Amino acid sequence: MKEKLKALKEAALAELAQADSQQALSDLRVKYMGKKGALTEVLRGMGALSAEERPVIGQLANEVRAEIERVLEQKLSELERLETERRLASETIDVTLPGRRPAQGAAHPLNKVIREIEDIFLGMGYSIAEGPELEHDYYNFEALNLPKNHPARDMQDSFYVTEELLMRTHTSPVQVRTMERMKGEVPVKIICPGRVYRRDEDDATHSHVFTQIEGLVIDRNIRMSDLKGTLLQFAQEMFGRDTKIRMRPSFFPFTEPSAEVDVSCVMCRGEGCRVCKHTGWLEILGSGMVHPRVLEMAGYDPAEYRGFAFGMGVERIAMLKYGIDDIRHFYMNDLRFLRQFAHL
Amino acid sequence: MKVSMQWLSQYVDLSGYTGEELAEKLTRSGIEVDVVEKRNRGVSGVVVGYVKTREKHPNADKLSLCTVDVGEDELLQIVCGAPNVAAGQKVPVAKIGAVLPGDFKIKKAKLRGVESQGMICSAKELGMNDKLLPKEIQEGILVLPEQAEIGTDITELLALNDEVLELDLTPNRSDCLSMIGVAYEIAAILGREVKLPEASLEERGSKRAADEFSVSIEAADACSMYTARLIEGVKIGPSPLWLQNRLMAAGIRPINNVVDVTNYVMLEYGQPLHAFDADRLAGGRIRVRYAESGEVLTTLDDQERKLEPHMLVIADAEKAVALAGVMGGANSEVTPGTTRILLESAKFDGGTVRKTSRQLGLRSESSLRFEKEVNPESVIAALNRAAALIVEVAGGEHAQGITQAVARTFEAAKIRLGVKRVNDYLGTELSLSEIRGILDRLHFTYEEQDGDLVVEVPLRRGDITRDVDLIEEIARLHGYDHIPSTPITGVTTPGSRTYGQRIRLEVSRYLNGTGLHEAILYSFTHPDRIAEWRGLYPDVKPVQLAMPMSTERSVLRTSLIPHLIDTAVYNRNRNIDDVAVFEIGKVFLTDEEVLTRQPEEKFLVSALWTGRAAADHWSGKARKVDFYDLKGVLDGLLAHLAIRDAEYRAVAQDGLHPGRAAEIRIGGRRAGVIGQLHPELQRRYDLDDTYVWELELDALADAADISITYEALPKYPSIQRDIAIVVDRGVPAASLTAAVREAGGDWLKSVEVFDVYVGDRLGSDKKSVALSLVYRDEERTLTDDEVNERNQAVIDHLEQTFSAQLRK
Ligand SMILES: [Zn+2]
Repeated sequence: MKEKLKALKEAALAELAQADSQQALSDLRVKYMGKKGALTEVLRGMGALSAEERPVIGQLANEVRAEIERVLEQKLSELERLETERRLASETIDVTLPGRRPAQGAAHPLNKVIREIEDIFLGMGYSIAEGPELEHDYYNFEALNLPKNHPARDMQDSFYVTEELLMRTHTSPVQVRTMERMKGEVPVKIICPGRVYRRDEDDATHSHVFTQIEGLVIDRNIRMSDLKGTLLQFAQEMFGRDTKIRMRPSFFPFTEPSAEVDVSCVMCRGEGCRVCKHTGWLEILGSGMVHPRVLEMAGYDPAEYRGFAFGMGVERIAMLKYGIDDIRHFYMNDLRFLRQFAHL
Repeated sequence: MKVSMQWLSQYVDLSGYTGEELAEKLTRSGIEVDVVEKRNRGVSGVVVGYVKTREKHPNADKLSLCTVDVGEDELLQIVCGAPNVAAGQKVPVAKIGAVLPGDFKIKKAKLRGVESQGMICSAKELGMNDKLLPKEIQEGILVLPEQAEIGTDITELLALNDEVLELDLTPNRSDCLSMIGVAYEIAAILGREVKLPEASLEERGSKRAADEFSVSIEAADACSMYTARLIEGVKIGPSPLWLQNRLMAAGIRPINNVVDVTNYVMLEYGQPLHAFDADRLAGGRIRVRYAESGEVLTTLDDQERKLEPHMLVIADAEKAVALAGVMGGANSEVTPGTTRILLESAKFDGGTVRKTSRQLGLRSESSLRFEKEVNPESVIAALNRAAALIVEVAGGEHAQGITQAVARTFEAAKIRLGVKRVNDYLGTELSLSEIRGILDRLHFTYEEQDGDLVVEVPLRRGDITRDVDLIEEIARLHGYDHIPSTPITGVTTPGSRTYGQRIRLEVSRYLNGTGLHEAILYSFTHPDRIAEWRGLYPDVKPVQLAMPMSTERSVLRTSLIPHLIDTAVYNRNRNIDDVAVFEIGKVFLTDEEVLTRQPEEKFLVSALWTGRAAADHWSGKARKVDFYDLKGVLDGLLAHLAIRDAEYRAVAQDGLHPGRAAEIRIGGRRAGVIGQLHPELQRRYDLDDTYVWELELDALADAADISITYEALPKYPSIQRDIAIVVDRGVPAASLTAAVREAGGDWLKSVEVFDVYVGDRLGSDKKSVALSLVYRDEERTLTDDEVNERNQAVIDHLEQTFSAQLRK
């Protein structure tokens, strides 16, 4: 019996070693361990054994069974592993092929710039005010110290619709409307972004429609130095910490004193380059202390209140920021242009 | 304004400063200098020569052979190609070794076999702006006056060693439309003195000007002062070279001695002057009056002008002889034969001159100055200065006195200014003496009163009327660089976007996220574009610009769609066929034919999508976009804004495909349209299938719900039932889902269409719609039987309402 079991074990292990599929293993399991299997066959002869031999053989038989079982399981898991490996190998893909990207649209560069500027001033406690694009002559000119027939009106030839209504030539009428709405309350702290219209032939540097952002602050103790401080802070947040500003005297009918504001060139950091015409400075803002006449007309006593105002062209800033050389790009909506602004 | 440094230095000492340095100083203190032009563009070795003889070149018809005396021992033999060269002329001669602009060196040369020892120059070859010279001089050599001394360096003779600053003046600084005004500005910047010209005028004539010509101002609101002098016995001719040189440096064409003097003094004082031929003035009268209606005047430029009663004219006893302050009349023009001059110097009202010159399209150096109000103090000074100069350069003698009328006199403004006020305004710490120092530099006088200054502003600075104007003067001369940068003091304010602004930002961000690019489109459009796409507002009247620059851009848009279509076309023309864009922009709505009030300005958000629904991918080609792609974007947007009561209704819409158009109602209100462009329109613009929608932003903002309230998660399981029914093809899916909701009761949590089938098996007028229903109760677990019963009720309702048949 012992020999038989031993031989059976040898034979089974030998066959298991050869088995190369799950089917073969399962066949071997039946062959050796099944109800009619070889081991059962051998154990049938147990009846003929003596009472002393029986437990010994029984233990041996159990050992043989356990050993075959163990090898069988081991073989099975190995085959499964191989099987999985084979399957996974067959599922290999080219990870370098492009993925399916959800479409991403771009914010228009002008609006990107507007939002950036808005966010800077929102952080400084300003609100955003808006107003009509088709304005009364009064709000666009007269209330801004530009009476009819004032020579300064030549500075901005405009699109009239009727004698009294025109496409606004700047966003300043929003300032007047805001002051009127505030009815003498202070502080007034607003920025006014929006479209404006001037009678210009469209070319690389002119557009009959363009975008402005203006700001207005009115309070009791506003000084010109506050204007300078505010614009310096804005310029540094917008163009970088080391940006400098410079003010030059200028003229706007609605401010006195008035100043053009230059920022140190964003391209060359003030060294001088083609963009800044080798001056190291870029003119980007107009500004000044609100003219007392403007305050008066809007219901603020200039003896008690003072204010400053500033304005900038969004196209100009976007052109500098992105290196765009033709203002018409902003309005042609060429997708090859727009797509370039789809990322942060 | 072009300012010659040589000329300017007559009034203020410029020593120690180059043109560039002065330009920088001026610019930094408020007068912008555009360019600094060197009059000498690189001329050296050119001298005055005398053409002794001129013969035809032996070998060339168009060339001359000249012998020229340049004040040296030997005469020069020079070949010249100019048609106007002649013996007896004084001419500029570039000798061997001379240099002309462009680093052009003159060498000995042989021209058609004849040696030429130099070159006779044209004005252009000398680098001069020859546009200011007569035509024959432009086409030939520059002929110099007989008096020019042989051998004189040409740069000296023509005053070429000069620099010209071109000022870009802001409208308030019309005082700098004069050399004297600029001199005052420079004097203030440099802290130097101003030397005014002295008019030495001897009245040698026996007549009295006032006897010869009386002056009456009949339009006192348009002319405050009119003065004139009579000069007899003048001889009209060319001006001396110094005068011509200065005019040319200033960019003004020399004409004749009398006219040149009026221009010269206008540049000097900023006071325009006009010379009449006194013999052509009738009746010994000068009337300053408004034009009569129907009156006509031929101006100096030979244009016949129809005058209107608001226009101011100068008239003699019979007729208008000049458009006051704008241009003289041809009927009283100074001609070569003129011997008697009536010289006018006046102050006309700026607004009147401006209106006339604009209306007639006639801008002149004169009108430019009057428009901005001339200095009343200069009227007589300029008159006397010009009268003296005319006699100096054209001979003749002055009649006694000035004939004049004065309707109004002017007084210098007195402005009170406190040191504290200045410093409060600027944020500076200027002392009283610093402020006084600046006023001294400006040549403003002042006195002290109770610690304040009372400043008397000279009339030449008519732009200064209030204390803030003085504060600006102080600030700019103190230097803006010296104003500190300070933070605003006072209460702090929170900054935030309004609700509407926030919604607009959310909408554009959402749409970007769906792959739509943001466009910015023009507001002006062609009237045909409005007719072709009536959009949301079929009844509005387009607002028309009074004077559009082109028909293309003559009315205000009432929809964003037409220009979105243009965007698709623009890109298609550049081989970009996939266009997915949107804009948030304003439209202008009115029902008035002629506007009497502002139109309503409404923000719309509109989108257009044509081409492929997605980018092609290596795994398979993308399909073309369809209605449901763009509708999906809109549905997503509505969901993003938590708008739950939007519905789509199939309606006919001009410009849209009749079977693929819907209006969008939000809260029962028409808020937008969506659809495929009408194939007719697609054909017109050569576009592939194109889908659009347009929505009112207000409707979105009103319906949006930006608050989020957490809802408890379901405690009990839900049960799903799918049903498929066959209905008429015309039944909208939204009606089916609405009916399901109606019959489904509280338990029905959702109903979704998950399949629509149309095919022969059903018949051409039928469709099958498959719906997925989810039932759930918040309080307990529903049983199958309960749900089956409720589901059957839904089916029954559908069968009754739509004659639907259940598909098994
Ligand atoms: Zn630079």
